[in-house]
Amino acid sequence: MGQWEVYPEFEVVRSSARCTKCLGCVAQCANGVHQYDGAQLTCDSAKCVDCHRCVAMCPARALKIVKADCALRENSNWDSQTIKEIFKQAQSGGVLLSSMGTPKPYPVYWDKLLLNASQVTNPSIDPLREPMETRVCLGKKPGRPQRGPDGRFTCELPPQLKLAMPMLFSAMSYGSVSYNAHEALARAAEELGVYYNTGEGGLHEDFYAYSPNTIVQVASGRFGVHEGYLNAGAAIEIKMGQGAKPGIGGHLPGTKVGADISRTRMIPEGSDAISPAPHHDIYSIEDLRQLVYSLKQSTHHKKPIIVKVAAVHNIAAIASGIARSGADIIAIDGFRGGTGAAPTRIRDNVGIPIELALAAVDQRLRDEGIRNQVGIIAGGSIRSSADVAKAIALGADAVYIATAALLALGCHLCRTCQTGMCNWGIATQRPELVARLDPKEGAKRLVNLMTAWNHEIMEMLGGMGINSIEALRGNRLMLRGIGLTAKELEILGVAHAGE
Amino acid sequence: MAYKIEAQGLDAAGLGRQIQAHPGPVEVVGCLGQRFIGAGMQRKKIRVTGIPGNALGAYLNGGEIEVCANAQDAVGDTMNDGTIVIHGDVGDTVGYAMRGGEIYVEGSAGYRAGVHMKEYQDKVPVMVIGGRAGSFLGEYQAGGVILVLGLTGSGPIAGNFPCAGMHGGKVLLRCRPEELLFPGQVTALPASAQDLDAVRPYLEEFCRRFGKDLSVILNAPFTLAVPDSRNPYRQMYVAN
Ligand code: SF4
Ligand code: SF4
Repeated sequence: MGQWEVYPEFEVVRSSARCTKCLGCVAQCANGVHQYDGAQLTCDSAKCVDCHRCVAMCPARALKIVKADCALRENSNWDSQTIKEIFKQAQSGGVLLSSMGTPKPYPVYWDKLLLNASQVTNPSIDPLREPMETRVCLGKKPGRPQRGPDGRFTCELPPQLKLAMPMLFSAMSYGSVSYNAHEALARAAEELGVYYNTGEGGLHEDFYAYSPNTIVQVASGRFGVHEGYLNAGAAIEIKMGQGAKPGIGGHLPGTKVGADISRTRMIPEGSDAISPAPHHDIYSIEDLRQLVYSLKQSTHHKKPIIVKVAAVHNIAAIASGIARSGADIIAIDGFRGGTGAAPTRIRDNVGIPIELALAAVDQRLRDEGIRNQVGIIAGGSIRSSADVAKAIALGADAVYIATAALLALGCHLCRTCQTGMCNWGIATQRPELVARLDPKEGAKRLVNLMTAWNHEIMEMLGGMGINSIEALRGNRLMLRGIGLTAKELEILGVAHAGE
Repeated sequence: MAYKIEAQGLDAAGLGRQIQAHPGPVEVVGCLGQRFIGAGMQRKKIRVTGIPGNALGAYLNGGEIEVCANAQDAVGDTMNDGTIVIHGDVGDTVGYAMRGGEIYVEGSAGYRAGVHMKEYQDKVPVMVIGGRAGSFLGEYQAGGVILVLGLTGSGPIAGNFPCAGMHGGKVLLRCRPEELLFPGQVTALPASAQDLDAVRPYLEEFCRRFGKDLSVILNAPFTLAVPDSRNPYRQMYVAN
């Protein structure tokens, strides 16, 4: 070690009794932790990011990764992470860059909300025997029934996204994740009858085949955006913000812009892809309305337009503005959401939890009598079907899922996506690593996960004596808070457990 | 003969439907601020008299739009191909993220002309502004060619912060380098004869469209501004 180095965070432990020297670990670790000099297997723990690839792939189960117990002298003000960050910046002068959602111990309100179940009256329903509806239509709904001149109901609706279950895969660009990851998401979306989202990196030519299940994104840099791309999507999402980094744009370094990404983003190879936080033509709700309608107009008013924003202070007023901009759907992304790369300080300190944002938005739109004018998608760390059910009870029509989907594809949350060396073939563009992710197997695992969640949602609905997801939406009587302050309960619009 | 559409009494969507319904060239008369004219259009020619609204030719993918008056904000937003000709001034963010095609403006442009302009393979967008440009000309420019000629108007040929965040393409201005303050990552030098030869076809087209004299335009010094790097922010981060 050198004077300015800190002791590695993890230690790679190899059981020499079990190890057969098959050298599988040497091939598996793109970070170069395991080395073989012809006689001896050694490992450089300093390079280990605890991604568990070698552990999972070792046929002899000879490897484990442990947290190093060589500890800095911490105190509750200066924990070791804070100290190490100072060392890194003193050494490099750089802005700290991290990946995935914030690891800080902020409150997770999902875990402080409890669902209801029927007892005695309003009997619960068994989803295995009785019909149960989890289909959702996302989009504008008329304020009152409309009748034609002949007195009959007119059933024509503005364009809607039809989901077989209240979950969609949220935006991850080709560039931040691999071709195979995109293919797995696209295949799964098609099979499940839901949607995946291109993110701001354009749509690869091979994936136009999945366009009925694709949401195409338009961000400030407009990468890969052209008339054909817009018309390919089932819906168009305007990215105004992202939960993990509100106020910060996207930036794919030129080193990651290889031939294929260059084709998809329609920029030269090796050029940085910069999407700054502001759209420089949007300074007001009126300007947003202009972008919404220019997209509608160029797709002949056939596609719902989603506006995605990060959950920040005053989100309720912002959402009200978006609803009035003509958008069909608002996507709200909470600050615990994941990212391929974000400045650490932004990720860990900017934005608000999705639970509070969602409750505030739903309430505000109801108070203003415009809730029917938009669908709401909530995202930003939805970890289980229980989170989905609670989000819907707080007012969402559907939820966006990303980190959980990546976990299904093999991600072990090592939170080093920004290096581009993902050993699981997800957050990387290196062909030999990408090849590790089998898109068909990945799609199968995604389908398994979503199907299981959907079944769990049905069981929870059944328990509440409800047979359709629509009847849960905004139904906060089905929620109770546990261990929350009066103010938190007020914002969430729920009573405390026992009340 | 172009099919005539009377714009009065039509909203943007209604006008859009009428334009779309006619496969041949159309002439929109009496335009009164209708937005999105020609948005997403693939081919054919639209001539507009009266004043069009914002986002004229957004996502344009071919064909030609000619406006016989001033145009507003967001002309040619994310345009991919085709031609837009404005016999007048344009508002802010003309050619936002345009990736292909050509925009010719007889007069001046507002703020952020050519912001996010990019190029890709054989697609090299071109924007010629006959007058002056507002602040943040070519902001985040990643490709393409912007020409500003300063033939009309007064004051500096471009406002403050030209080429801020530029990392590709080039800007040619009919002025001396020292007349403007460029950011650190951009090199602005007097344009050479080869630099001007490379854009001569666009200047000729500009003269043809607006009846200008090329020799008069070329009889003045030009400045060429290009970025030093395609990766301006490389050194900024440390992995955490
Ligand atoms: S980085 Fe991953 S593959 Fe490499 S040693 Fe650590 S856990 Fe194993
Ligand atoms: S996507 Fe890959 S690099 Fe990112 S956290 Fe997951 S395993 Fe690690």
